[in-house]
Amino acid sequence: MRHILSILIENEAGALSRVVGLFSARAYNIDSLTVSTTEDPTLSRMTIVTHGSDEVIEQITKQLNKLIEVVKVIDLNESEHVEREMMLIKVRAAGKDREEMKRMTDIFRGRIIDVTEKTYTVELTGTSDKLNAFIDALDRTVILETVRTGASGIGRGERILKV
Amino acid sequence: MQISGAEIVVRCLQEEGVEFVFGYPGGAVLEIYDAIFQQDSFRHVLVRHEQAAVHAADGYSRSSNKVGVALVTSGPGATNAVTGIATAYSDSIPMVVISGQVGTPAIGLDAFQEVDMVGITRPCVKHNFLVKDVNDLAATMKKAFYIASTGRPGPVVVDIPKDVTIAKTDFQYPDSVNIRSYVPINKGHPGQIKKAVNLLGEAKRPFVYVGGGAVLANASEEVRELVRLINAPCTNTLMGLGAYPGTDPQFVGMLGMHGTYEANMAMQYCDVLVAIGARFDDRVISVPSHFLAQPKKIIHIDIDPSSIAKRVKVDIPIVGNVKDVLVEMIAQLKAGDVRPDAEALGNWWTQVEAWRAPQSLWFDQPEDIIKPQFVVQKLWEVTGGDAIVTSDVGQHQMFAAQYYKFDRPKQWINSGGLGTMGFGLPAAMGAQLANPDATVACITGEASIQMNIQELSTCKQYHVPVKIVNLNNRYLGMVRQWQEFFYGNRYSESYMDALPDFVKLAEAYGHVGMRIERPADVEPALREAMKLKERLVFLDFLTDQKANVFPMVGNGKGLNQMDLPPHMRDLQLGVPPYDRDYGNLS
Ligand SMILES: Cc1cc2nc3c(=O)[nH]c(=O)nc-3n(C[C@H](O)[C@H](O)[C@H](O)COP(=O)(O)OP(=O)(O)OC[C@H]3O[C@@H](n4cnc5c(N)ncnc54)[C@H](O)[C@@H]3O)c2cc1C
Ligand SMILES: Cc1ncc(C[n+]2csc(CCOP(=O)(O)OP(=O)(O)O)c2C)c(N)n1
Ligand SMILES: [Mg+2]
Repeated sequence: MRHILSILIENEAGALSRVVGLFSARAYNIDSLTVSTTEDPTLSRMTIVTHGSDEVIEQITKQLNKLIEVVKVIDLNESEHVEREMMLIKVRAAGKDREEMKRMTDIFRGRIIDVTEKTYTVELTGTSDKLNAFIDALDRTVILETVRTGASGIGRGERILKV
Repeated sequence: MQISGAEIVVRCLQEEGVEFVFGYPGGAVLEIYDAIFQQDSFRHVLVRHEQAAVHAADGYSRSSNKVGVALVTSGPGATNAVTGIATAYSDSIPMVVISGQVGTPAIGLDAFQEVDMVGITRPCVKHNFLVKDVNDLAATMKKAFYIASTGRPGPVVVDIPKDVTIAKTDFQYPDSVNIRSYVPINKGHPGQIKKAVNLLGEAKRPFVYVGGGAVLANASEEVRELVRLINAPCTNTLMGLGAYPGTDPQFVGMLGMHGTYEANMAMQYCDVLVAIGARFDDRVISVPSHFLAQPKKIIHIDIDPSSIAKRVKVDIPIVGNVKDVLVEMIAQLKAGDVRPDAEALGNWWTQVEAWRAPQSLWFDQPEDIIKPQFVVQKLWEVTGGDAIVTSDVGQHQMFAAQYYKFDRPKQWINSGGLGTMGFGLPAAMGAQLANPDATVACITGEASIQMNIQELSTCKQYHVPVKIVNLNNRYLGMVRQWQEFFYGNRYSESYMDALPDFVKLAEAYGHVGMRIERPADVEPALREAMKLKERLVFLDFLTDQKANVFPMVGNGKGLNQMDLPPHMRDLQLGVPPYDRDYGNLS
């Protein structure tokens, strides 16, 4: 099953490679990984999307916690959470495609952030499923380039992940 | 007063009460060596290969309660140390390895003798540091010792660039460490312990399985008390040997791939298992599904949550230090007076004794050829069971584990997790330096000993009177055994040809060598060697070339499906009625 893990980790050189090394050394899957510093510059927050059986996810969580620099790990799947990912997608927007692209962007509540005579660059935010749906809705031949951030997640309501 | 990074390293080691540093110099650590030259609070032991420095620090640690320390230069010095670090990591041994690094401006430029030590060792250390600023050095050293020795112990590498050893700053060693992201849990959850105690009260066939964690926790007294209190049979893993006394009647021997018949059968057929600082390794329980096919409830005590439910799901996990948890468990047991049912326990013991009766470790010692088991047995007798024994890896290691009855923890020192040939001699060196008055024997094979034979020279320099017991079968015996059992006797590259004359070799290094070819000479040779208290003696025993280690749980087999020694093969070895709820397993 797909799980979203949120990790608070010391913002130190090499900390990220320990996490990534752990996943490859133990043959765990990384579907996506995002990381950046938090409001506290000594801490980074990482979101890892992974999949595996309950046993594997339990081991992943324990192994992450075992890393000296990891402060906290939570499995967002254990309770209500929201998840967002951003995609920048450059599409062909010439002739009859131009109007159609604009329409699709509106339907998906995206924004056109760069325009040339022949292309649009669209910014789209949502769950990973929504981004997939957008890609699926387009004719593959109009897609010139995509870049996605991978999912970030946060618990709903009062639930917080802090030191 | 400001002092250099190199002097800070030395001062930190002094603050930590380090007695010995095992190391080898080179360009990147010349400053540190210069600082070592100018101090006299610890001794530096110059090994002949960096791998041996780490194994020696490891043996030193395993035979004492201290953190081992090794010091190596950058590049090849650092990479040579890696096998030693991985060995310590696999067995959770507390150690600090200091490696030199090229100067910070040169890092990343493919400089001379540059390797990314932090990167190379990342998967085989508990933690590692690259110190880029001399102002962080003392605090980092403090953290290194703290991390290495607390929680689940392990090796920590501190990689120090040369310019950091030259730079100067004020020295202040922190009194304490606080790492917000690292807080080991020692006390077990009282509720979980209560559940465990209640479960023990319901047990009809209790069994106690003790591993290296009990040795690391110095919890032998508590283990003993628990086992006596509930009157259960007890086994030790290869890493746990000595945690429960080997000569005690409640001890049923080591379990696992080369465990005794009674230990493996009890492990398979118990109904309540107490796992204490043991990690259900594949060499212990073989295939998990097979092990669990016989229903049993499991209590698992381990300080590392990731050791719990890794290979086997357990019923009552207790995260904590073995000692703290057992103290609480024993107190609750005593207060509540919960004990296993006496009659059921009596029946269980009758069964265990029936499994023990055929003596799965029995062997025949003919007049003409030395059995390796016989040498170990005699070593045990001659040393009064009191020696510190190290080993290398192979059949001789298993014979040592099976036939030397360890009554104390930290008496048996071997590479279990990584299985590193070449570990025995340097580890013995470290153990002897930690225990100058003890008899230290290194049980080895003619192949393993050659992987770090150069340390005979170190032993000479530092007067380390280790007794080397070479079980010389002219084979990579363990490999040969597998080839005999599973590869149709095709002995591919497992014969040790062109062996040196070990007697002359020992003499060339300035030691005493003896060659023993007849069974009748085994005991006298051992006695003579033990009399040479001040000397390293290399005893080269020519042993049976085709001896095999029994029992053996083959690959993919269950614990109750051992290959048994010849004398047990025709016996009718039944399993009582609880076999029935066991179903059909193949
Ligand atoms: C040729 C060969 C054959 C082998 N055959 C066998 C065999 O037949 N039988 C056998 O048993 N092994 C055998 N081994 C060894 C095997 O590979 C493992 O190394 C060994 O079984 C592991 O022992 P352990 O479970 O006690 O764990 P260890 O590796 O000693 O691990 C200790 C456990 O205790 C925990 N711990 C550490 N400190 C504490 C503390 N203070 N409090 C609580 N918990 C703590 C750790 O987290 C860890 O989970 C063999 C090895 C070789 C090389
Ligand atoms: C460094 C290393 N290389 C290879 C092995 C694989 N291996 C395990 S036991 C063994 C044979 C050891 O031979 P010897 O030391 O003579 O011991 P014996 O089994 O004959 O008692 C080998 C090659 C290992 N454990 N370690
Ligand atoms: Mg051999």
